[in-house]
This record gives sequence, structure tokens and C-alpha cells, in this order.
Amino acid sequence: MVASSFLRKCLTTLAGLLLLSFGSLAASQIEDQTEQFFRSGHTNNWAVLVCTSRFWFNYRHVANTLSVYRSVKRLGIPDSHIVLMLADDMACNPRNPKPATVFSHKNMELNVYGDDVEVDYRSYEVTVENFLRVLTGRIPPSTPRSKRLLSDDRSNILIYMTGHGGNGFLKFQDSEEITNIELADAFEQMWQKRRYNELLFIIDTCQGASMYERFYSPNIMALASSQVGEDSLSHQPDPAIGVHLMDRYTFYVLEFLEEINPASQTNMNDLFQVCPKSLCVSTPGHRTDLFQRDPKNVLITDFFGSVRKVEITTETIRLQPDLGNMESRYKKEWMDEELMEPLKYAEQLPVAQIIHQEVTGHQMLARW
Amino acid sequence: MAAALPLVLFVLLLLGPVGRGHAEPPRDSLREELVITPLPSGDVAATFQFRTRWDSELQREEVSHYRLFPKALGQLISKYSLRELHLSFTQGFWRTRYWGPPFLQAPSGAELWVWFQDTVTDVDKSWKELSNVLSGIFCASLNFIDSTNTVTPTASFKPLGLANGTDHNFLRYAVLPREVVCTENLTPWKKLLPCSSKAGLSVLLKADRLFHTSYHSQAVHIRPVCRNARCTSVSWELRQTLSVVFDAFVTGQGKKDWSLFRMFSRTLTEPCPLASESRVYVDITGYNQDNETLEVTPPPTTTYQDVILGARKTYAVYDLLDTAVINNSRNLNLQLKWKSPPESGYVHYQPAQDRLQPHLLEMLIQLPANSATKVSIQFERALLKWTEYTPDPNHGFYVSPSVISALVPSTVAAKPVDWEESPLFKSLYPVSDSSSYFVRLYTEPLLVNLPTPDFSMPYNVICLTCTVVAVCYGSFYNLLTRTFHIEEPSTGGLAKRLANLIRRARGVPPL
Repeated sequence: MVASSFLRKCLTTLAGLLLLSFGSLAASQIEDQTEQFFRSGHTNNWAVLVCTSRFWFNYRHVANTLSVYRSVKRLGIPDSHIVLMLADDMACNPRNPKPATVFSHKNMELNVYGDDVEVDYRSYEVTVENFLRVLTGRIPPSTPRSKRLLSDDRSNILIYMTGHGGNGFLKFQDSEEITNIELADAFEQMWQKRRYNELLFIIDTCQGASMYERFYSPNIMALASSQVGEDSLSHQPDPAIGVHLMDRYTFYVLEFLEEINPASQTNMNDLFQVCPKSLCVSTPGHRTDLFQRDPKNVLITDFFGSVRKVEITTETIRLQPDLGNMESRYKKEWMDEELMEPLKYAEQLPVAQIIHQEVTGHQMLARW
Repeated sequence: MAAALPLVLFVLLLLGPVGRGHAEPPRDSLREELVITPLPSGDVAATFQFRTRWDSELQREEVSHYRLFPKALGQLISKYSLRELHLSFTQGFWRTRYWGPPFLQAPSGAELWVWFQDTVTDVDKSWKELSNVLSGIFCASLNFIDSTNTVTPTASFKPLGLANGTDHNFLRYAVLPREVVCTENLTPWKKLLPCSSKAGLSVLLKADRLFHTSYHSQAVHIRPVCRNARCTSVSWELRQTLSVVFDAFVTGQGKKDWSLFRMFSRTLTEPCPLASESRVYVDITGYNQDNETLEVTPPPTTTYQDVILGARKTYAVYDLLDTAVINNSRNLNLQLKWKSPPESGYVHYQPAQDRLQPHLLEMLIQLPANSATKVSIQFERALLKWTEYTPDPNHGFYVSPSVISALVPSTVAAKPVDWEESPLFKSLYPVSDSSSYFVRLYTEPLLVNLPTPDFSMPYNVICLTCTVVAVCYGSFYNLLTRTFHIEEPSTGGLAKRLANLIRRARGVPPL
């Protein structure tokens, strides 16, 4: 009796121990899963892609921006979350021998302009003021939604800029500049208003590293195509089109991004190695001291893609249609009243009426 | 009777909820159409029209169910109380002289004109907000429309739809000539179509072909129209039009054979399932003449004749909803071929090479009777080197006269001649055919005044430079290299002593 109860106790404790061990194993698995789930704190992705150069010989800057646009769209960020600013139109430029195309390489395999492009700010709208307004959100109330950066405190934003730059400034359309101090202050405004969770800033200009020297807001990672005192060089000219098609740094970044798909686990350290001095001639630089996470834990798709965290469930959910409401609305639509007398179209050129009309205001009428 | 009435009402009520089981007849319909017009200059014009008609009164009720009519535009109409909206984006210019009259022309750049309803209180504010919203929808810089480029026409731009009063205070018009149209404007335009670019005529809308054209114009027109012939109720009509002109030499490589594949790099595979009508019209007027015939393959099922723009025209009709048209080949690739008799002309042109050979142009032309033919050629004279000028360049340069060798029909038949028997003036040119005589005529030579350089300038420049160099350099050289010595005056010399003796004798002071 005592033995059996003792045996029972042993069995229960053994069972309990086994359960505990299994439970802890399962718990650690769940912990892993949840840790993976919350690895990066963002819930949505935005991209602001800016090309600041005008004129046909700056074709390569538009090609740069469009290749990043293409990669970002391919990896999942929709047009509604991309603000694309192109300072000039290269695709339908009268000097383009192949209209509606922008190529990245002279083999003309990849048309980065594509068939499904939406440019939000174009031509004269690309100014320093509009760029800063987009970033800080201080936009006139009548601006359409596609031209706004509606990010929140859980957004990861990718900002890509290209054009002609110098030590501490970036030239906009040959008529104005933005300095690195203004840019740093704009980012600080964004941080104060909690307009971003993490921000990746990429710049492909001459002396690009000078543009990220002055950043002081947290959670910013920056990459540039050249150090202070160095020029960023272009890749290759194309004799048929007559201009250089792309810049070296962005060309190799595009090549790198073409290998990425939404499920890739490639991290930022690979992006830092993208263009060594042998290929790029200039020395690409990066800055991660303001960034809280370790770059090797940051996935490329955290900024370039829009990877949703989804949890698949197998339970069925029944939806109840609101039949009563729909039906009454249809009935209401059906009752159009018929007008008693027929309507007419307006006469397009009523000469007699025009000659004898009275015009208000201080408009002069010549009668003859 | 009184009992029957509630019974009838009860039956009707019962039938009411049951009635929702049937599908309501659709309140909107889509018609799509493509008109291909071969132009007199060898180019081809293609005009697409997608027309959605919506039988609904947008102004009065809360509409939330959109089927074919795009929601973006429907919400615009109700929010800004529009009566009509016309927006177009154009690149190029319609050359009426070479191409004939257009169906619908638009100015180069962007044009927007809008009629507001008379219920709108602040038209300018609505206009500004509307242009901002449209700039977001169509990815264009329409937000640059403001009071500096907006006008209120007083006599033209009457409403194109139904109107019961035309107070021009509710009309606004603006044009942005600098606006570029490219794929980014075509993409949202295509997204407004019910079948997008997946089926029907819209599969032909590929940007890389549509922008490789001499003229490209896409437009959106919204207006109220009569719902039926009696015109007692109003429907909303949305027309999306796209006109392009394909250049014979740029896209056609100089050949006048056109096909849908050549123009759009696509063929038609199936009609849009949402369309009630889907047709292709090809203009075959004017080509049933002796000198040129136009052949259209596959042969059309029907033809359509009418008076269009003041002239009688015939169109070949292909109905995509008719199964016979697409059935056998699974796709429709219309081909237009011109068959003309072999040309009896000859042209030889040898361009000039600098300092090697001149231009040579020879043309064989058949001159029609009672007509005037003008031949002109433009040429340029290359700049000469300064040693190649003649001593009198101000006289000008001569261009040699042109030669016309003609076979002129004579009214009276001439008899063949024996050269030894007839006088000398008859035997200048040999005559083979007695019905015409040969003559060679020359035009005047051309004397052209060209700008001449000033030949005295090298001499002037050399003189001036040498003078300046001499004065400046010479002075500096002098200053830098001249050294000053102090000289002691010398005390003696035999000649001096003798001279002093003589001077003392004369009573003159010594040297």
C-alpha cells in the first residue's frame, strides 16, 4: 500500500519533471519565435527617393534613383508608401533615342523606368523646400496623399539621394543647395515628432560622406558612395544614348539588390561591402554609431522591402453580411425621378448670344 | 376590396425581400473603340476611346458602390460639385496640313477646364483644391495651376454635356504648356479603366510604343449626358481618349505597311469581359482609286459609312465581341498594305564632300498637264579657310545653274530628217520619236553674298601686339639690365693742356 502510493508519487513526480522539461523546451522555442517576431521594431516601410539633377547629361542620376525605386517596389513597398522625386524627365526627353525607357547598362537589358511607375514630385517641384516639407510633414493642407510621407513611430524609412554634391552640400537642380546641417536638423525634427523608427540614409554624390557627418538623432544608419575629398565616378557611357548611364556605386548596389528576394536573410554588413575601392574607385563609407542595433542583425529587407509579419491561422471565421442595410440602399438608388421636360445639350457657339451678352467686371468688350 | 388591398400589400412586401435574390441590372456600361486612320503623309493615327456611362445621380445621394466607374473620379465629382471636367496631356502637335482634321485635338502640355455646379460658393477655392487632387491622381504638376495661369472664358468652352444654364462664372480654364507627358501619367490613366491593361483594347497600351510617336494625347472627359432618346434623365459619362500618330519613317522604317503588332508590339486576344461593345474601325475611304489600293487583312465583317467632320467616310469594322473575328486564330493582328503600281520615276543624289566633290541631284519627273511643278533644294556652304578666299571675296560666290532636259510633246508630227539635206538649225538634236522634240534649258546662276572675314585683322593684331610688347618689355628690360656707373671727371690729357694754354692766351676761362 505504502509502496504503491510511493510508486504513484514517484510516477507523478517523474511525469511532472518530464512535463516541465518539455514545457521549457516548448517555451524556449516560443521565445525564439517571439524574439524573431520582434527582432526589428517596425511595422511599416516607407521610401523617399530623390534625384536632384536636371539636364540630359545627368541621365545617370535619374537612372540611379529609378533603379532603387525598382528594387524597393520589387521587394514589396507599394507606390502609396514611396515618395519619388525626379528633377527632370529623361524617359520622354526629346533627346532619348528610345522613348519611355531609362536603362542602367549599355546592354539595355533592364529598363528601370518600367511600365508601372508613379512619380510624385517631378520637374520644378523638386526643391529643397518641398523635400524638407515632405520629411518633416509640414505640408500645405491641399497636398494629395501620394505626395505625403505619412510615417509614424514604427516606420522604417529609406532615404536615397543622388545628384551633384560637394563638401557639406547637395545641389538641387543647379539653382539651390541643401547643407548637411539642414538635413541633420530635418532628421532631428522627424525624431522629435516620432516620424520614424529607424532611418537608412544612402547618398551617391561626390564627397557624399560629408552629408552624414552632422547627424545627431538616434536610430540613423548612413551610407555614402565616397569620402570627403573624393569624387564618385560614373559607370559606363553608352554610345547610342550618348551619356553615362549610371554611377558606379549605385550600379553595384543594384546588382547586389537584384539578388535579394523578400525572404532573404542578408544583413547590412553585406551592403557595406558592396563596392570596394577596386570597382568603385572612390571609397564608400558608412556610419552606424547612432544606430542602436548591430548592423549584422539588421536585414536588408528591413529597409528595402516591406516584409509583413503574418501569422497563419487555420480556424474559420464566419462573416455575417448586413443584408437589411444593403437592400434598403439599393432600393433607394433605384428610385430615380424622371424629369418632366426633356433636357438639352448646350450650343457650342451661339453667335447671337455672345455678341449681345453683358459682361460683369472690368473686362473690355470690343463690339464690331 | 378593402380586405384585398392589405392582402396585395402583404404579397408585395413578401415579394420585396425575395426580389433581392435576382441580380440588379447593372447601372453602368463600358464601350471601347479603336479607330485606325491611315494619313495622307504615310503615317498612321490610332485613336482609343473608353467610355463608361453611369446611370446614377451622384449629386443627390451617398454613393458608395462603384463598379465600372472609377471611385477616384466619382468621389471628385461629388466632393467638388463638378458638372464637367476635361483634362488632357499632350506631347507634340497635330499637323492638320499633312494629316487632315483631328477628331479631338488638345494643346501641347496639360489643359484643364472645369464647369462647376451652381451650388458652389467659392469657385476659386474649389478650383485650387481640385487641381491639387488631380496632380496626385495623374502624377503631374497640376498643382502649379493658380490665379496666374487660370482664366474664365466668357464666350467659348460652353459645356459639352447637358446644361440648363451657362453662367460663365462657374467655368475655369488653365493650360500648362511645360508639362511633360510620360509613362508616369499613362500608368494612373490606365488604372482608371475597368479592364486596366489586361483585356480588350487596353492591352495595346504599351508605353514604349505609345511614346515613340509624333503626337501623343491622352485625356479624361466627364460630363452629364442624356440617358435615353427622350432625354428625361441624366447619366454621367466618362470618356478616356488616347490619340497617337505613328511616324512612317521613325517607326515604320520608311515602309508603308502597318499592322497592329508593328504599331503596338501586341495583338488583340480577347475583348474586355466588362465591355458591352468593343470594336476596331479602320478608315478605308479614299483608297479605292486606280493609283493606290489599300488592302486590310483579315477582311472585315462589316463596313460603316457616314459623314464625319464634313466628309463622307467608309470604315471597316471589326467587332471583338463577335466570336468569328477572333475565333480561328486566337488573336487579331490587323494589317494594312498599300498596293500601288510600280513607280516610273528616277532619283539620283550624290551628296557633296568638302573640297572633293559637289552635290549632284538628278530627277526624272513626269509633269502633268496644266500644272506647275516647283523643285527646291537647300544646301549649305562650308566655312572656308582664310587662304582659300579669292582676292575679292565681297563679290560673292557662284552656284552653277540647273539643267532641264525635256521631251516636249509637239502638236504637229515632225517628219524624220536627213541631216545632209536639211538646214543646220534643224539638226541640232537627233530626233527619234516624231511626236515630241527634245530641248535642254538652263536656269540662271546663283550669286550668293556670304559673310567675309576682315583680312586686315591679322596685320592690325601683329602691329598692336608688337608695339605693346616693345614698349612694356623694352622698358622693363632697360630698367632691369641698365647699370649706373659714377664717372670721375678726368683731370688731364695732352690735348686738354694745349687747349687750356690757348684759352689762357685768349683770356677765356679754362676747361
